[in-house]
Order: sequence, then structure tokens, then C-alpha cells
Amino acid sequence: MKKVYLVADNIISPLGFSTEENVENLRLNQTGIKKVDDNYIWSEPFFGAVVNNDKLSEAWDIISKDSGYTKLEKMMLISVSKLLAENSSLDITKCGVVISTTKGNINSLRDDSYKKAYLTSISKTVQDYFKLDHTPLILSNACISGGLALAVGKRMIQSELFEDVVIIGGDLLSEFTLSGFFSFQAVSPAPCKPFCKNRTGISLGEAAASVWLSSNKKNVTEEVISISGDASANDANHISGPSRTGEGLYISITKALKDAGIESNQIDYITAHGTATPYNDEMEAIAFNRAGMKNVPINSLKGYYGHTLGASALIESIIARHCLINNELFASLGFEELGVSESINVIAKNHKKELKRVLKTASGFGGCNVALIIEKEV
Amino acid sequence: MIKEKYYISDFCSIRDKKVFKNGEQLYIDSESDSLKDFGKGIYQYLELKYPKFHKMDELCKLGFLASEVLLRDSDKLDQDTALVLSNRSSSLDTDRKHQVSIQDREDFYPSPAVFVYTLPNIIMGEISIKNKMKSENAFFVTESFDADLMSKYSKILMDTGKATNVICGWVDLDNDKYDVFLAFLSKKGRIELTKEELNNLYNQ
Repeated sequence: MKKVYLVADNIISPLGFSTEENVENLRLNQTGIKKVDDNYIWSEPFFGAVVNNDKLSEAWDIISKDSGYTKLEKMMLISVSKLLAENSSLDITKCGVVISTTKGNINSLRDDSYKKAYLTSISKTVQDYFKLDHTPLILSNACISGGLALAVGKRMIQSELFEDVVIIGGDLLSEFTLSGFFSFQAVSPAPCKPFCKNRTGISLGEAAASVWLSSNKKNVTEEVISISGDASANDANHISGPSRTGEGLYISITKALKDAGIESNQIDYITAHGTATPYNDEMEAIAFNRAGMKNVPINSLKGYYGHTLGASALIESIIARHCLINNELFASLGFEELGVSESINVIAKNHKKELKRVLKTASGFGGCNVALIIEKEV
Repeated sequence: MIKEKYYISDFCSIRDKKVFKNGEQLYIDSESDSLKDFGKGIYQYLELKYPKFHKMDELCKLGFLASEVLLRDSDKLDQDTALVLSNRSSSLDTDRKHQVSIQDREDFYPSPAVFVYTLPNIIMGEISIKNKMKSENAFFVTESFDADLMSKYSKILMDTGKATNVICGWVDLDNDKYDVFLAFLSKKGRIELTKEELNNLYNQ
């Protein structure tokens, strides 16, 4: 089966408008989560990670004078434009394009431009902007969308539909989603603390990201990193509550390991979903224990980015690639003391470590789960 | 990777107040004047006893009922039957309900029971729970039914051993306009799986 390489990437987030800037901020243990006082999103101040509008406008002005795009569209278009500018051999018109988003331009529902609320409007925007002769595919699969999009891209390449695929992910921190998570009483009154005893729920975030997947090794200019395994499985248990046994996540992990042809003891690092809700983190700890991975260093990046929904697993996979390149691990921000019933090895401090294989997981509403094995050729 | 021949074993649709299975009309309801009542009628016709049905939003009810019609009198299902669904309007029908509940900050009443349905993949969650399917799921949003995407992605899942069978299709609801089509894809059947055949059956 063809290998699928992670060739290049970009992240547009509160922690920077390039992957390098993002990685540098993670290295400094800087968080993008702040007290947000923005009446457009919420009537009272709350903790979340938002992309600064002035900074976004500046970045947008460099690539376009057209103001007829939404914030999310600008973030996605800037991300892909940067990816293309930094990789002259990438011709997006010849690539498959997959866009991962949960709510897209959902703010348009409250304004009068409701047509933009259809997710296909984003697909059309990306198609027109980059003059593609085919329509990008939209994948909307709750909080696993970004990771599942990488799996879908890998599968498209391995089935020889495309040699190269560009994955774009993005979601906004909107009143729509914030009010929903508040109604679930799932929003933390302080920056989120994944896997910690003192965790009190999620912090939401917003971001966009893009990745170039290729089957052509000649495109790889840095360390050779591929997605060597992938799988997704439903819990078949509950639409909003995680499975008590971590069933779907456990199945995803086992199948992804099998797909990569490796055993659980060959994983050097887990970049988990870790939303910091009591039940989610507990479920993940159970699944990782069932998979025999309780001693593998693990973190959640939600303490840096908040939960960026359709972008989250994509961003976390990008960071995993750079951890593999730099042989480094970042502290699981917000973590103080283990707060799950089964033992896991949460990364307390940044440190250097020789890394070869990373497990990326995500879980979401609807009982969905995904696992990816990201591997460095040494 | 083994490239095999696959077949459209069964298919069904719900549209224009009618339910069809494998091309035959199974149920018609020209009386009901709401989607809710139409769905309830199908539920009773199928003699279902599944209290969770009544909690679902209208989009999930449509997808769920279609899956029940598709899988009726069938023993083909297993733990590795994947779900690959698509539509045009995502979960907008319920998104609008949630938006109404938060539109006025003086009259603000978002509900978790509504919010959870503001994701289109919840349909697959409901079908998975009912049938205990711990399998691959993917939800795509496209402008119209994309037989090429559905057949290609389903074949990938079966070729790579990620699924033994696939339920694929289209479950769309937008401002009371609905269109539902599901197909059961497997290694057995009379109609070979091609995008043309799938498209023909969708357009029947």
C-alpha cells in the first residue's frame, strides 16, 4: 500500500499565523486562552481562545483587498495561501481537497446572510478563490472531523484517487456553540485543565489549519513523516455521553495499530483529545489503559488552544509532526494532579525525547472516535 | 488491498410522503400535514418499540426510519458495517431551532436536548446505538447526492478491510423539504455497485 506523507502544514490560531510561531509558543507554554470580553460572542466575559480580529485583518490585507469573506473563510484562505506560498511545488488545482468543519459560518444564521450558513458555501469559497475545477469535499463529523479528514485524505491517496490531498480545517468560537456547551454545563469558569483533578470543563477556541498530504516522497524536504495507520469507530452507546468503557476509542486505537503493523509498546507519545470535561477525560484514560498504554507520555493541547472543534485534531496532528521532527514533548498545560481513575503518564514539563511514533486520538458527539498513527522514518 | 466487486444489496428511499424499499412502495401517507406525523406513521407501520426515537430531531428520525426499512428482514448487518452518509443542509433544521433559543438575550433558553442535534453525524450515532454497530462513520456535506463519492469512499472502506459492508446514502432536511435514500453495499447482490447504478437508484 502507498505511503502517505505529511509534507507541509500551516496553523492560524491565537498562538500565531504560522506553524513555527505556534510551536514556539507551545515551547514557551504560552496559552491562547484568555478572558474574552466580546459582546458579539457572549454577554459576559468568559475564558476562550479567539483569533485577534486586527491581526487577522492585517494578514488578510496582504493577500486580498476583498472584504466579502467571513472571519472563518479568511482564516482558512490565509492558511492555505501560506501553505502554497511556502511550497512552490504544491499545485492545489491537481490535489484532492477535503475541508473539515463542524459549524462553518454558523454566525450567518443570526445575521441575514443565512445562505452562508450552508457548509457547502465554504467549499464554493475555497473553490472560487483557488480557481479549482473540482469542488472541495466537506467532512462534518463533530469533534473528530480534523483527524477523520486526515484519514479520509490518506484513504483517497491509497486508493489512487489522487497523488496529493490538501486538508483544510476550521471552526469559530461562536455564540452558537458556546451557548450550547453552557447549556450542557460543560464550559469551565477558568482555562481548561485536561486530565487534572481540578478540571471543570472545556474552554472553546477557534483556529484554521491546512496540511499537504502526498504519496510522492520527492515532495518531502524535512524529516520523512507519514500517517501509517488510521481507524475510526463508533461507541454505539450514547449520542452526547462518552462510553464508560472507552469502547469506540479502544477499537479505533487497536485497528489503527494493526493498520500500521505495530504493537502498543511501539508508541512513544499520545496526543490525546483531552477536552477537560469529567467524563471525556475519564473515558480516554480507560481506553488508553485497555490498549496497554498507561505509561506512554500523553498530553492534551486543549490547554493551549481551547477546543477548536473541526480544527482541533488537525492542529494536534500538525503539532505531533513537529514534535517528531524536533524530538520534543510539550507539557499538558493546566495539568496539576491526576484526576482520572486509571493511571496515565501526563507530561508535566517540556522535555526532549527521541520520538518515532505518535498516536493521535479524538472523540466526539454522536459517539464517534478516530485514531491515527503518525510515524517518522529513521 | 484487494479490489473486489461489490453490489447494491438493498436500497430504500423516503420522499413525497412515501417510503420505498428496493423500488417497491412500502408505505404512503397522503393524510399527514406535518413531517412529525409522517414520521410517526412510518414508526407505527414498522411496529417499532424504541422510546429513544421520540427524543430524536426530525433529521435523525428520517435517517433512523430509513435504516430500519433498509435493514428489515435482513441479517446482513455486522459490527463492521460502516456508515457513510451525506446531505446538503447538514443539521440546519435543528441549528435554526437552537438559534431561535439564543437570538434574544432577554429571552435566552438554549437546551442541551436541542444542541446535541446540531451536528449531522448524530444520525449515524443513533443508527449505531440501535444496531450496536461499532464501525467506521463519515458524514460528508455536498451540494447534491454524489454517487461518485459515495461509491468510491464505500469501496475504499471495503477494499482496505475497514468495513465488511457499508450503508451509504443521503439524509437531507431543510425547511420541511426532505429527501432520504440509503443503500446497503456488500459482496452479495444482483446490482453491481457503480456510480451510475447508485445514481439511477437514487433517481428512481
